[in-house]
Amino acid sequence: MTTRRELLAGAGLAALAAQLPVVALAQAKDSVTIAQTLEPPTLDPTSGAAQAIREVTLQNIFEGLVKIDRTGKIQPCLAESWQIADDNVTYRFKLRQGAKFHDDTPFTSEQVKFSFERAVAPDSTNAQRQLFAPIAEIATPDPATVVIKLKQPTANFLFGLAWGDAVIVAPATAANNKTNPVGTGPFKFVRWNRGDRLELARNDGYWGEKPALAKATFRFMSDPQAQVAALRAGDVDAHTNLSAPEAVPQLKADAKLKVTIGGTEGETVLATNNAKPPFDNLKVRQAIAYALDRKAIALGVYGFDVTLIGSHFSPLHPAYVDLTGTYPYDPAKAKALLKEAGFPNGFNCTLKLPPPSYARRSGEIVAALLAQVGINAAIEPLEFPQWLERVFRNKDYDLSIIAHTEPLDIDIYARDTYYFQYKDPSFKELIAKIAVTLPEAERNALYKQAQEKLARDAVNGFLFILPKITVANAALEGMWTDWPLPVTPLAELRWR
Amino acid sequence: MIGYILRRLVALGLTLLAAALVIFVVLEILPGDPAAVTLGLNAAPEALAALRAEMGLDKPAVLRFFLWLGGLVTGDLGQSYTYRVPVLQLIAERTAVTLPLALMAIALAMAIGIPLGMLAASRHGRLADAGVMAFAQAGLAIPNFWFGLLLVLVFAVGLGWLPAGGFPGWQSGFGTALKALLMPALALALPQAAIIARVTRSSMLDTLQEDFVRTARAKGLSEGTTMRRHALRNALIPVVTILGLQFSVLIAGAIIIENVFALPGLGRLVFQAIAQHDLIVVKDLVMLFAGLAILINFAVELLYGLIDPRLRQS
Repeated sequence: MTTRRELLAGAGLAALAAQLPVVALAQAKDSVTIAQTLEPPTLDPTSGAAQAIREVTLQNIFEGLVKIDRTGKIQPCLAESWQIADDNVTYRFKLRQGAKFHDDTPFTSEQVKFSFERAVAPDSTNAQRQLFAPIAEIATPDPATVVIKLKQPTANFLFGLAWGDAVIVAPATAANNKTNPVGTGPFKFVRWNRGDRLELARNDGYWGEKPALAKATFRFMSDPQAQVAALRAGDVDAHTNLSAPEAVPQLKADAKLKVTIGGTEGETVLATNNAKPPFDNLKVRQAIAYALDRKAIALGVYGFDVTLIGSHFSPLHPAYVDLTGTYPYDPAKAKALLKEAGFPNGFNCTLKLPPPSYARRSGEIVAALLAQVGINAAIEPLEFPQWLERVFRNKDYDLSIIAHTEPLDIDIYARDTYYFQYKDPSFKELIAKIAVTLPEAERNALYKQAQEKLARDAVNGFLFILPKITVANAALEGMWTDWPLPVTPLAELRWR
Repeated sequence: MIGYILRRLVALGLTLLAAALVIFVVLEILPGDPAAVTLGLNAAPEALAALRAEMGLDKPAVLRFFLWLGGLVTGDLGQSYTYRVPVLQLIAERTAVTLPLALMAIALAMAIGIPLGMLAASRHGRLADAGVMAFAQAGLAIPNFWFGLLLVLVFAVGLGWLPAGGFPGWQSGFGTALKALLMPALALALPQAAIIARVTRSSMLDTLQEDFVRTARAKGLSEGTTMRRHALRNALIPVVTILGLQFSVLIAGAIIIENVFALPGLGRLVFQAIAQHDLIVVKDLVMLFAGLAILINFAVELLYGLIDPRLRQS
């Protein structure tokens, strides 16, 4: 006589047995489809600034001498080790033996010299020329050694070598990398259907550990609804950074998917024209800072908590200090400061917004918060090229909202021609000191001072860090959940 | 007659030239520098200058206008600022998606609309007629992007039968590619099907009053045969006219639908090119659409001229 319990157990076993072949199939799966919001315009990270180029190619097709890992630390890549001489300007790189390009060209010191000299050539269209500006000379004593001499000690020189703009390319193929990229990375370019998808295949001749996946496809979808539908239908295995924050609760409820909210290097700021009255008045800028309810802004844009900031620095960096308490939300104080500044009835100004949804959405809320203290900011939506021309280049603006996504870019506040027009001599000194201070503890202390100065001076309204909303199939392991650099390394992915 | 055709040809050439000039000037006035868009916030001035030279933006505007015109005549549409490949290649790639999509939508609209219109006409004033009219009302009222989203929710997310969007390319096999176009074509076809159903119904009702239909009935043909063999052929003339008129609506709808379903078609190319300031692609595509419209107009005028000699005198 079988009891009901035994029957149930039997049924359970049968169900398990039925699932076994499915599990075996899942393990055998060796391809992945990753969705990302924007399509890269070209596939050459050394001749364009688009983040989408890096997301697809960096650490997949192309590699630099060093790379950034998922925690933001510098790791060896095409250079297996390096030494910095006592003069603090001579870097000696020992190169990886046996690495070769996808067309079988062996990787040697010659290509390193070629790549870095190409980046600063007169006809170069490298978007980050300043990374290479400190280089005085590049010597190649033998195929496995590169010696780079700098003009002056440069604290972040190595870090810059991990960027997409500093990947190593070969003389014979460099000119065609825009459409047919040839690098040294773990994945090879196969095909690109522009407007839809790009296919990569494992590079079986890779110098490092063999990737678990044989095939990878990037799909490009800018429409938030389409992103959610593709994830729920299983058309794609992951999305690197979802543009539909409102869909997070329903995706979290889907057992097939896992959702993580991580950080990026994108400081979202209420950019302020510090040279234009009344914003040249510290009291006015402080009033704006007190008027900004950052938590409400972030909740309104995303519907969940994201990292709030009080200065221009990312919490992913060890030198980060939390300065959100410098000017806490206090509309009464904001009004009082405006009165002191000579605006008892507030004033009118414009708020120019670029296209990204985070900017448009936070713009609405910021305008409402400013109106509460008497500042009437008229919203002007702009397309990105017009934003670049009018706000960024011609500095024809009062307020604007944009995320500055380059890592460690606090030095932009020290640039005279930059559109914030901050022009503060003591801050410039601080940044100059940071650039030549190599010991990390000392440098981080200086970074803290720099953050505090920007917060105190209320140079911009500091809002929040752009989140990275990663949605992936629950069985897919190895997706980056933070973006110390915007990359999606396919070699780190595997199916459970 | 020869004189008439020559006069029309000169007018055609002048119209095309005027269109080119307007398009060029309007895009020239737009603020924004394609090189700055490519190189972003940290670009060094010398890098910007190098890229502008590479893109041919350093030449004076008048020279660029004539170079562009010359290119249009010789079939060289230049290089996309964004993708850095020939614009002609981009247009060819995208047409391979948009054209099948539009044709599929027209075929679906006719396959749904004509039978429904006939059904309504044959059951004039009864329940089936009211049902078809209600469908037509709804089909015109429902925005096609919303209908597209609904299709995705049911057939892709819910049932998992069809992909939610994207286009694997024709190299993935004919069946796979068609599968990817099925839902978008259906979403695009719905309002067209509604219009066709209504036009078929009313022109069928008119035709059924005609003498030759009465003759056919008098010969003892069944109602169905009468409708299919005699009435339908005449009733379809206004339907074909409507299809021609609806062509531009179809293209506009395709732009929206391609965005909903993430299809790499011409509509999305225009959209992207405007957003990314890929002005050369915008110029070429707008010129292409304008040129097509002007040429179709020209052909129609010629035909009218052939049919009606009085028009040649003007």
